Amino acid sequence: MNLNELTAHELSEKLKKGETTSVEVVSSVLKRIKDVDAKINAFLLVDEESAVTQAKKADERIQKKQAGPLTGIPVAVKDNMCIKGQTTTCGSRILFNFKPPYEAAVVEKLRSEGAVIIGKTNMDEFAMGSSTENSAFKKTSNPCDLNCIPGGSSGGSAAAVSADETILALGSDTGGSIRQPAACCGVVGMKPTYGRVSRFGLVAFASSLDQIGPFAKDVRDCAALLNAISGPDNRDSTSATEPVPDYTSHLDGNLKNVKIGLPEEYFIEGIDPDVRKAVDSAVQVMEKSGAKIVKVSLPMTQYCLAVYYIIAPAEASSNLARYDGVHYGYRTQKSENIIEMYMKTRQEGFGAEVKRRIMLGTYVLSSGYYEAYYKRALKVRTLIREDFKKAFEKADVLVTPTSPTPAFRLGEKTSDPLQMYLSDIFTVSLNLAGLPGISIPCGFKGNLPVGLQITGKPFDEAAVLKTAYAYEQAAGWHMKRRQESR
Amino acid sequence: MGEKGKMAITKKEVEKIARLSRLGMSEEEKDMFTKQLDTILEYVNKLKEVDVSSVDESRNVWKTMPHRDDAVKPSLSVDDALSNAPDKSKGHFKVPRIIE
Repeated sequence: MNLNELTAHELSEKLKKGETTSVEVVSSVLKRIKDVDAKINAFLLVDEESAVTQAKKADERIQKKQAGPLTGIPVAVKDNMCIKGQTTTCGSRILFNFKPPYEAAVVEKLRSEGAVIIGKTNMDEFAMGSSTENSAFKKTSNPCDLNCIPGGSSGGSAAAVSADETILALGSDTGGSIRQPAACCGVVGMKPTYGRVSRFGLVAFASSLDQIGPFAKDVRDCAALLNAISGPDNRDSTSATEPVPDYTSHLDGNLKNVKIGLPEEYFIEGIDPDVRKAVDSAVQVMEKSGAKIVKVSLPMTQYCLAVYYIIAPAEASSNLARYDGVHYGYRTQKSENIIEMYMKTRQEGFGAEVKRRIMLGTYVLSSGYYEAYYKRALKVRTLIREDFKKAFEKADVLVTPTSPTPAFRLGEKTSDPLQMYLSDIFTVSLNLAGLPGISIPCGFKGNLPVGLQITGKPFDEAAVLKTAYAYEQAAGWHMKRRQESR
Repeated sequence: MGEKGKMAITKKEVEKIARLSRLGMSEEEKDMFTKQLDTILEYVNKLKEVDVSSVDESRNVWKTMPHRDDAVKPSLSVDDALSNAPDKSKGHFKVPRIIE
């Protein structure tokens, strides 16, 4: 097996034993990128020189026996997180030349762990989309089937991990943008509790929903990366002060006394029968591993997507007001006055989906519609949160499909925005309620992976990871992905 | 909005919203967005079924935000803050004419 095909915990062992070096690991990943990324298009930027420099530093640290679990391990970063001096585009023409003068909190944390940042991954423009087709720069392919989408909006990060072009990656999740691409590409992806990870230096989309989280090849790696990026940060006023446990310490493979809730509203008509079958068998595996299965109800489920498509665009329309051609990024060539400059800059700089959401958000916040749409959505959001609270009185975690279908074909849903939005029908609820959730592989339909979503109580990532790990070890899908990638 | 043939949003409203959003727009875009926003608004209108008469709005996700001391701390230098500006002059952002 090549080094780039291994997990972070396997590589970390080898690094500590002196069986390999970070420079070798990084070279192996860079070679893989050279070999396959022309087909996959996961990366917007690969900084080889910087990666090798970081790897050399990591090797020094390892020799001095000062290595942590991520020291020397390659990590790819979604292109909406700021790396000082390195172009951060957010997948948008309006930020095509933006070089952040500061570093995102998660990037600082990765650097202090000695991880090696290898590049920036492709994404739907401003993280708006479910297929990565809204990137202004290129379309990413699903490594399991190049004619299919990798999911989105963190499609580049998911595809890079799936294609062994990196060992780990970071994504962001506002309505499913980590979990749905993880499901599509057959990798592990986690959205932590709102506030668990600092958003400082993450380009804002919808600030009450956005959260950064890990992509990995297995649950143990996911837990290790979550350990590295979690914790309070006074530069993000919504960052949580709850203590951060060692998430890797709960991975015991045991589901005894774990109560798994199945929300009946998530097992409905319209789910692909193969997705349904895969999720049903996963539940059986969990039951055999000792879990107790209970039925729960989340009656507000049918309204989640509607609430999301009011709140997220409303917040986006406000957050994206800053792209005005004055402070950074693109400015239109010629304009007579400042209003014309704003209008033309934004017309030329933003893509169709971003414009659609700015328009929708401005509409639901505008005088005459604010009460009927935005205020009502905030109230239904309260009811959605109460639903989950009640469900968690009966269950420790909830298990559902991540998405109603496996990856669809490139171009299949680009002309019908509402159909595209429906890919997120099972994921947006967690963002509205602020809850942690993971997607892990639970089977295939042909070549295309199916994802299982496990949802936890606020700040109980440990229970989510424990359940995911026990299932992963019992079912072994992560090993199947590995065999196929060879 | 449920009534037969009535659009949830008209082209005139789309033009107004585009102006408020400071988004320049071609005629084709206006037509496309009118159609697409109408479909989306039609969908989100299902929220009207929910009884929210005794429900509070969600404001903060967890609790109220912490306050910090009003203290001066180091921040970006003027050069750093201007480093990405499309146009600048003498330590300031430069913009096209504002007053006619």
